Amino acid sequence: MKINNIDSKPAILALEDGLVLEGKSFGFDIDAEGELVFNTEMTGYQEVLTDPSYRGQMVVMTYPHIGNYGVVDGDEESDNIWVEAFIVKELCRRFYKYNSVKDLDTYLKEYKIPGIEGIDTRFLTRHIRENGSLKAVLSSIETNKDVLIDRAKESPGLEGRDLVTGVSCKKSFFFGEKKSRPSCVAYDLGGKRAIFKQLSERFDLEVIPCSETAETVLKKGPSLVFLSNGPGDPSALDYIISNVKELLGKIPIVGICLGHQILAQVLGGKTYKLKFGHHGVNHPVREVTGSQVDITSQNHSFSVDLDSLPKDVEVTHLNLNDMTCEGLISNELRVCSVQYHPEASPGPHDARKLFDFFYDFCLSGKCDS
Amino acid sequence: MPRRTDIKKIMIIGSGPIVIGQACEFDYSGAQACKSLKEEGFDIVLVNSNPATIMTDPEVADFTYIEPITPEIVEKIIQKELPDALLPTMGGQTALNIAVVLAESGVLQKYDVELIGAQLPAIKCAEDRLLFKEAMREVGLDLPKSEIVESLEKGCELSQEIGFPIILRPAFTLGGSGSAVAYGFEDFKEKLSWALSESPVNQVLIEESILGWKEFELEVMRDLQDNVSIICSIENFDPMGVHTGDSITVAPAQTLSDREYQKMRNAAIDCIRKVGVECGGSNIQFGVSPHDGRMVVIEMNPRVSRSSALASKATGFPIAKIAAKLAVGLTLDEIPNDITKETPASFEPSIDYCVVKFPRFNFEKFPEVEPILDTQMRSVGEVMSIGRTFREALMKSIRSLEIDRYGLSDPCHEIFSDLHGGKLEEKIFESISIPNPDRLWSIARAFRLGFDFEVIWEKSQIDPWFLSHISDLVELEKNCKVPGLLEDYDSLRLLKENGFSDREIAAIRGVEESEVRSSRYKLDLRPVFKKVDTCAAEFEAYTPYLYSTYDYEDELKDMKENQSIIILGGGPNRIGQGIEFDYCCVHGVQAVSEAGFESVMINCNPETVSTDYDISDRLYFEPLTLEDVLEIVYREMPKGVVVQFGGQTPLKLSNSLVESNVPILGTIPDSIDLTEDRERFSELLKELHLTQPPSGTATNYESAKKIADSVGYPVLVRPSYVLGGRAMVLVHNSEELSRYMSDAVKASSDRPVLIDHFLEDSIEVDVDSISDGNEVLIAGVMEHIEEAGIHSGDSACSLPPYSLGPEIVEELKRQTRILSKSLGVVGFNNVQFAVHKRQVFVIEVNPRASRTVPFVSKVVGIPFAKVATKVIAGKSLKDLGFQSDPLPKYFGVKEAVFPFKKFPGVDVILGPEMKSTGEAMGIASTFGPAFLKAQEGAGCKIPTKGRAFISVRDEDKAAMIPVAQSLLELGFELVATEGSYKSLLSNGMDAEHVFKVKDGQRPHIVDLMEEDQIQFVLNTTSGVQSIKDSRSIRRTSLLRDIFYCTTLSAARAAVGSLRDLDKNEITVCPLQSYHSGKFH
Repeated sequence: MKINNIDSKPAILALEDGLVLEGKSFGFDIDAEGELVFNTEMTGYQEVLTDPSYRGQMVVMTYPHIGNYGVVDGDEESDNIWVEAFIVKELCRRFYKYNSVKDLDTYLKEYKIPGIEGIDTRFLTRHIRENGSLKAVLSSIETNKDVLIDRAKESPGLEGRDLVTGVSCKKSFFFGEKKSRPSCVAYDLGGKRAIFKQLSERFDLEVIPCSETAETVLKKGPSLVFLSNGPGDPSALDYIISNVKELLGKIPIVGICLGHQILAQVLGGKTYKLKFGHHGVNHPVREVTGSQVDITSQNHSFSVDLDSLPKDVEVTHLNLNDMTCEGLISNELRVCSVQYHPEASPGPHDARKLFDFFYDFCLSGKCDS
Repeated sequence: MPRRTDIKKIMIIGSGPIVIGQACEFDYSGAQACKSLKEEGFDIVLVNSNPATIMTDPEVADFTYIEPITPEIVEKIIQKELPDALLPTMGGQTALNIAVVLAESGVLQKYDVELIGAQLPAIKCAEDRLLFKEAMREVGLDLPKSEIVESLEKGCELSQEIGFPIILRPAFTLGGSGSAVAYGFEDFKEKLSWALSESPVNQVLIEESILGWKEFELEVMRDLQDNVSIICSIENFDPMGVHTGDSITVAPAQTLSDREYQKMRNAAIDCIRKVGVECGGSNIQFGVSPHDGRMVVIEMNPRVSRSSALASKATGFPIAKIAAKLAVGLTLDEIPNDITKETPASFEPSIDYCVVKFPRFNFEKFPEVEPILDTQMRSVGEVMSIGRTFREALMKSIRSLEIDRYGLSDPCHEIFSDLHGGKLEEKIFESISIPNPDRLWSIARAFRLGFDFEVIWEKSQIDPWFLSHISDLVELEKNCKVPGLLEDYDSLRLLKENGFSDREIAAIRGVEESEVRSSRYKLDLRPVFKKVDTCAAEFEAYTPYLYSTYDYEDELKDMKENQSIIILGGGPNRIGQGIEFDYCCVHGVQAVSEAGFESVMINCNPETVSTDYDISDRLYFEPLTLEDVLEIVYREMPKGVVVQFGGQTPLKLSNSLVESNVPILGTIPDSIDLTEDRERFSELLKELHLTQPPSGTATNYESAKKIADSVGYPVLVRPSYVLGGRAMVLVHNSEELSRYMSDAVKASSDRPVLIDHFLEDSIEVDVDSISDGNEVLIAGVMEHIEEAGIHSGDSACSLPPYSLGPEIVEELKRQTRILSKSLGVVGFNNVQFAVHKRQVFVIEVNPRASRTVPFVSKVVGIPFAKVATKVIAGKSLKDLGFQSDPLPKYFGVKEAVFPFKKFPGVDVILGPEMKSTGEAMGIASTFGPAFLKAQEGAGCKIPTKGRAFISVRDEDKAAMIPVAQSLLELGFELVATEGSYKSLLSNGMDAEHVFKVKDGQRPHIVDLMEEDQIQFVLNTTSGVQSIKDSRSIRRTSLLRDIFYCTTLSAARAAVGSLRDLDKNEITVCPLQSYHSGKFH
């Protein structure tokens, strides 16, 4: 039996600010670049890896033991691993559970995603917290640190980039059963399977590519248009924003995460990049008018600027950690959205009831609560 | 929702004396609750009979009642204080049970007291197994198949439906008391009848065995707005079948996928809502099948618990403190997170390290008991450790235990080292399959011997994720032997990252620990320190709660020399080393800050107040071994280290610390050495013209016999260097001496055995004092109730003395002063004396904080540990305003509490080896009621009428007569066995004759006791045979809660207090009134 990481190949993680950390390689032996973010979940690594919102990002897991339960069939959030690279303190290379099918190392190799372990992930997390999200390069091939730092500096980062096209479905498809319920058309901006699953439990759901025009959507005549989560900068998605603008006021629209940021822009608001984003499953979110706090799953690097929203748009939810915008509504225009992930997966199910609200909202076009 | 304004005065009930299953975690939670509510402006009425607690410090609550926690007494306190509300969730099962009684009997209604935190229906629902089961079914949660049984017949019938093995759990008990596993029908019948009698409501749950399933716990908080968050998940290393308190546990849960974890989280939320715990913390346990993931709810505690203390320490989230605030109406989002300051308490902590809790057992104290673990809790304490990996944390926890093991493989402590081949294999498999305190080492041994992973997995049913790490550690052991290791940075680092201690590496390598350490220093291979921050570094942490690890970044910044004073804690609780020392450490830390230094605490016991992150300026949650302490000293560069507060744990380190040039503050370790070294100590006493009982030192039977003959039997024998009187016995003849020498010399390797002439019928006295090097302050003179020969920790004692004359007391004080001065004591000094026929003998001197420091402080009203700390830090007693010795004008009595009930078959007789786990205190204007209260506080209610059974040894017959006379006068009827019967008759007293058990005729005395015909037992014995003969009497008394005295002096005190009671009713009065002289 192999001890931890003794026999693995060395790998280097180089940051654009010159910080270089050395560790051991795992997963696929290939270079990767992207923006570093840290994630504070203690479970749910498989969901994280397969969440398309992580496109363009390298994920640092703050919990030191990752891979403990191997890979479980059915726990993936899409058909691919989307993180650019996976950074952990210690990878578990074995799997024992009755329902796990392979170990995490093998899983990453299959999807050609590299990883690095033996990193002081707490230090890296503190570094990101102090300095903000940073671009980085991971390599087990190049050993010249300066070369790697330069490559990190030159890498494109997130801002201004359309990362959605690459993760969205190419063709429309129906998700779940069709049984003459109200219909929902969901723009796939990199949507998680759990969201589609929640929607399909309430609606006849059709998932459409991100580039689908408003005209096509209107032709389908859905009861609800849904804007999914997805990767990157909402400001780089003009084509989606203009399509949604055309739909505004004609059909109820709801959004989650990136969908929420797009709606905010459509309504005239602005988004900005957070210092290091929210990536975890322990974020307290409170309704502005209520007293109930939901512990929510979050994964976003951009946020809606509260002050930028027009007066007729109501902010419904706030993040209690930093008082950022977590939800908005316009009864008049029949839109509402949340920044957090009510579908959880990974994370607490506290906010799943929101999908019921979406359903009622779509039918009544009003916010009762 | 802001805090409630309609209530002003809140009563909090503590958990009473330390017992197995209820230890100092409730001092931690109770003290937090008091502070937290006082902070909100409430008046706090506190009831706790345990003086060795921080919560009973007079400044913690407004009205502190150190009184027995019984319904009658608590009602008296309610009547006097008229609190608006009662918070019952902070004092463990004790407080919860009392609250239920008070609520159901109408007392709370009568005095208009509202239960806050948990309402009666919620408590009932969580505690009553039937209600709980129904409630869980209603919300669709799965449970093991089970039935509630109230009779033996019904149980036998239902057992067939459920199928064996079957678990039995009596309702309303603490620490799983009475729980058992039955594997077959006969076994089941026997255990069920026991379990029925254990439950105060004669109710037992019998259920489907889920032995071998994975066990988890979630710590849940809920506020009055119905917001719920999970503070911590805990996974048990030991699968179902071992009480959680006896399991190695790990936080967070390691082997659950998010899907499974969320299912558990949802279940926990449904559970707390359904049960209806309105607000506060609860603990919910789950079992998960390793075969298909089926999840069942096991049980719920609707209150803070040992696990919540652990969860608080593991995450940095102070559950009890927050729970108290929730109970008065605040909501989670209104309370800030102390550690991050900017974020609210309404979140779920995320941790970026691994926490291991390891239980500490004391089976060696009860050699009659087989060390096997099941669903009844038997551990007496625990340690917690933090590492960046499970392996590192596990290895740190092992060396925190102070069981002379520093890893998995010290060859000197190899288990089954005398066995080979098939016999060895069989023994190891047995030790892996049947849970026991050594199981972890058996598993390691099995890996070392090359046993198959799958087999070890199957036999132990421990999750393979855990096993794989043990296997890795065993694999790494080989690296310890590689030539050149000590010069190879990378190889040595790999071992250190995996938690290998210098001592373990040295032991495997066959070199000195110091060699490994100096090589490591040469390589500049040192641990770094990281913070526990509740949030996995997402937000800045303002609280320096630290742990060491071999990783990259060090978070200790800008350390300056000579700014801090380090106080070494007491390590895990065990018999002889308990909460008393933590109490001293906490005061020490507080006084260090008051004296203008940065206070630094090192400890590894998660139950304690000292490891609360807001007690010290810096908290290091670390093992108390030389290596770990030296690393902290290296970074802290302190003014000095204080070793005299934490009991034996730090004392053991003091010489090595001195050798490593660490400055020790206070009494120099050489003085401690002097008092432990018989010859040097005798020399000193001779010089000072003080007397000690004749004694000698022997290394074998021949020399021992010679000494015993010359000093005269009986003799007290013990190995040198012990705490809690470990392996100390009273020996009456050369035969017993021979037996002892063969056992004890084996037990204590080559250390010599000390032999003292035992002074029969003498009075033992403890004197606690503080010296600044010039002046000596006598804090208290305590007269023991039991005669000399009973371990001072097990003996009841009275402050001030209740029978000694003033001239004797003065003489004791004089001798204490002389001793303190000549030893150069700076800080505490405890001297034990025996007064024999008005002559004073010095028994032993302990120049450190003693177990009695908190008791003395509580009675006298002076925080002596703080005084001692300031003295140690350089102040004089004069500076601190002490001119004369304090003398209380009332009486405080301390009584010990024993764990005998948890160990079936153990004799309850007291001796020189300490066996008690805790203590209760009674305080009153005279001795009688104080003694009575202490007894009641310790769980022994002195009967006021009925039949008293007397059977005393010949030496006691004359002295027994006045006691018997008093009993008759008090209205008792007397029952006695042959010898005592005759003495009674010949003294003109009426008595009934009864057979001894060994007489072979019925009904004998135990029969009468079983039939509830005896209420008071006075039974003194000596000699091995008669002790054996009378054992069933004591055991029956214990199990049937019959008041019993095994010494004449205890009987005398009991009868005396009954006479007092005859004249006056018991009254209650807060400590603050005693201290200000306004008591009655």
